[in-house]
Amino acid sequence: MTTFDLNGKTVSVQSPDDAALLWVIRDELGLTGTKFGCGIGFCGACTVHVEGRATRSCITPVAAVAGGKITTIEGLDPAGNHPLQTAWLELQVPQCGYCQPGQIMQAATLLKDFPNPTDQDINAVMAGSVCRCMTYIRIRKAIKLAAARMRGDTSHD
Amino acid sequence: MISLSSHGLRSSSDPSRRSFLITMLGAGVMLGYAKSTLGAADVMLEALSTNSARSAGDLFEPTIWYGIDPSGTVTVNIIRAEMGQHVGTSLARIVADELEADWRKVKIVTVDSDPKWGIMVTGGSWSVWQSFPLLSRAGAAGRIALIEEGAKLLGVPEQTCTARDHAVHTGGRSIPYGDIVARGNLRRTFTSEELEKMPIKAADKRRLIGRNTLAEDIPSKVDGKGRYGLDAVVEGMVYARPKVPPTRYDSKVVSIDDSAAKRVPGYLKSLALDDPSGTVPGWVMVYAETFIAASKAADLVNVKWSSGNAVTISEADIQKRSAELIADPKAGSLLVDDPGVDAALASAKQKIERTYTTSTVMHFALEPVNALAFEKDGIFEIHTGNQWQTLILPVLAKALGRSQDKIVLRSYLLGGGFGRRLDGDYTVGAALAAKAIGKPVKMVFTRADDMRFDCPRSPSTQVVRMAWGDNGRVTAMDHHAAAGWPTAVMAPSFMPKGANGVPYDPFASQGADHWYSVGAQRVRALRNDLAEQTFRPGWLRSVGAGWTNWAVESFMDEAAHAAGADPVKFRLGMLDGAGRNAGSAPNSVGGARRQAAVLARLAEKVGWGKPTPKDVGLGIATTFGQERGMPTWTACAALVRVNRTNGHVTVEKLSLVIDAGTVIHPDSAEAQVEGAALWGLSMALHEGSEFVKGQPKDTNLNTYTLLRMGDVPDVEVEFLPSTEAPTGLGEPATTPVAPAIGNAIFAASGARVRHLPIRPQAVLAALAPGS
Repeated sequence: MTTFDLNGKTVSVQSPDDAALLWVIRDELGLTGTKFGCGIGFCGACTVHVEGRATRSCITPVAAVAGGKITTIEGLDPAGNHPLQTAWLELQVPQCGYCQPGQIMQAATLLKDFPNPTDQDINAVMAGSVCRCMTYIRIRKAIKLAAARMRGDTSHD
Repeated sequence: MISLSSHGLRSSSDPSRRSFLITMLGAGVMLGYAKSTLGAADVMLEALSTNSARSAGDLFEPTIWYGIDPSGTVTVNIIRAEMGQHVGTSLARIVADELEADWRKVKIVTVDSDPKWGIMVTGGSWSVWQSFPLLSRAGAAGRIALIEEGAKLLGVPEQTCTARDHAVHTGGRSIPYGDIVARGNLRRTFTSEELEKMPIKAADKRRLIGRNTLAEDIPSKVDGKGRYGLDAVVEGMVYARPKVPPTRYDSKVVSIDDSAAKRVPGYLKSLALDDPSGTVPGWVMVYAETFIAASKAADLVNVKWSSGNAVTISEADIQKRSAELIADPKAGSLLVDDPGVDAALASAKQKIERTYTTSTVMHFALEPVNALAFEKDGIFEIHTGNQWQTLILPVLAKALGRSQDKIVLRSYLLGGGFGRRLDGDYTVGAALAAKAIGKPVKMVFTRADDMRFDCPRSPSTQVVRMAWGDNGRVTAMDHHAAAGWPTAVMAPSFMPKGANGVPYDPFASQGADHWYSVGAQRVRALRNDLAEQTFRPGWLRSVGAGWTNWAVESFMDEAAHAAGADPVKFRLGMLDGAGRNAGSAPNSVGGARRQAAVLARLAEKVGWGKPTPKDVGLGIATTFGQERGMPTWTACAALVRVNRTNGHVTVEKLSLVIDAGTVIHPDSAEAQVEGAALWGLSMALHEGSEFVKGQPKDTNLNTYTLLRMGDVPDVEVEFLPSTEAPTGLGEPATTPVAPAIGNAIFAASGARVRHLPIRPQAVLAALAPGS
């Protein structure tokens, strides 16, 4: 049994220690916003935060996060109104949408590290997040829009 | 009912033989076409008048396109799959505009499979084009009926009434649509003649079409709440992962050894599937209580197969077969067969011949294929994202040994379609797995399973020739295109016949039948049988036009240079709209002259002819999108930089000019063009795989490379304003990008590349002296 904090609640799971965190979150805990794309950490669809860091849950054994704090797309903002999410809506970023929770979770840590990201910062940090619909142009715009708002809004750190 | 035109498969969008029915059902009003060719309900309007004693609800199950309830909520039923095009929003706005509905009171419902919807297919960039005539008339019919009934309730002549903002108005008074439904008795039929004359609003009177709104499907795609096939669950289900055999068709299970898998907690069993439909031959399904256990167990189950010839076939064999077919003048189907091609080539003052090839391309929809299947109350339910329900239902019926009316496909969001989910083969594996174990089964593929079971874009080989006569006049063009044919394998009855009576796959040839006036023209499509024995060719975003245009538009550039002409002027001279290229109403009004217009605008926009810095070049290409019957006039310019030392190509900018007729939802339209163009770039430089001994070489992102954030150039998109019939937008922008890049590489460096994907080694080889 592994115990950790998921979106602010303590959970205990029965999955074996080597089970990928992705499937534990999806199938045992029933939060399906985190997606399965490649299973080898190369596409970013499964990105969650572990202690605030973007982590590929498909290659993270659940035992490795014991006692840790996990945030998924469902927990990024209680009302789904994180500045990235509102920017994503406003600029109509998603097409099929399947990769977008992972893109948003990755972008959230990008903005923590680079509050005013350059194109190069965005290229580097988002390089591991594949969008098969190729919405990259709008992802970049939305990251910049959210960053500008977050810098101007002290309620977000 | 489906009709087949020379342009391939489609359901008829001609509403002239249909009546429209408006009737009260329960508390609301339902509006739909009766005896529709899109909706195949065999409902006769006459039945209403002859059987008026019975209630409409008993008599009819009309093809219900939308309904209005007493609160005024308009619910539009969407039969198309939502896979990123925001299709529900666009289709509902067509209805709402004509209905004079308040957009805030319009609801969208994506429906499950049902015979009453007729053909359910989402592909070919057809959705808006096919639906526009139907849905605009449907909206107008509703508006007229509401005005008539509203006038009665207001006690005024209907001529004094207008519809606007979800209400009927007369001289300062009004009655909301909801009240008309609640208080009135809306029963109205429109004859086919009335439908034909249905007063569709003039373009300048539209209030929703052509204006932006927030797409209805997007909110659930940013908060994790959207439900994709992978998210479907049902009480009591077990998980399964298939052991995909070494070849697509000719492998048989010899033995299954699951002794190692038995140590995996939660492992249940492994079963070889018996598939009367032949869709998943040689599959072994590994069941467990969780996907984690099923996946781990599947890695440990040792299956021995016996395989046929396909395990010996590789990409080079398939391409060699294409070349052989092209060399045989008797082979194939002739899409275009003008007299005089051979004579013109024989007597030409100048001629050129070039060969173009493309490698296998994988779909790589980000959501690996999956399905949840179970039997409930005598109905077999398949929960999954799918693009062509009507195609797979008969296959499922054969596989399961039950009639189609005892099977339903429940609709979910698609984690990418791109044509992969036009082929519902994966639903067959899931359904058989559930039948075999007698429990609900959620079948999930790993990425490698998904890639090995993909129906990729076939490798292709094309040979193109052009002849010039006196005064530099083009006298003939000859185009031969060979590949595996998806439609031949999956939907052979939808193949039209060529001029020589031989069927051809429109989705493995269209594009070659271009709109240039080239004198005597021949287009021949050749079916690569070896490809089809080795794998299942698939429809992949922009289908045949995605690779035929690699040949057409690279060749036009080569031909222009051979003739000493400017590539833009050379093309414009042949886009004259003469003869068969004149176009026709309603879909291709203006013909080739509209293609000339997008090309001319593009040339102006990008400053065609201006000098570029060293090793930087501008290349152009123009296409008509998917098919002559639904042309989306498209032109693209690529600005690229070539590194002469290592052959690396950097695309700095893509510029596109598009004429898609009436654009319903401009923001979604632009998004589709952005995505489609970047698909074109991804396939031109980054993707591409190959078959090695019957299997795709690449099974995951460790070796299969897709366009990523840092590879994205500037993209500018311009739509030419138009009020002509709306055409498609999901795929057209994919088609000109690769040849524009190839032509730009030539402009930048003098290196001519003729194979997709374009690898640095190929550029270096083309740069080498004497190449």
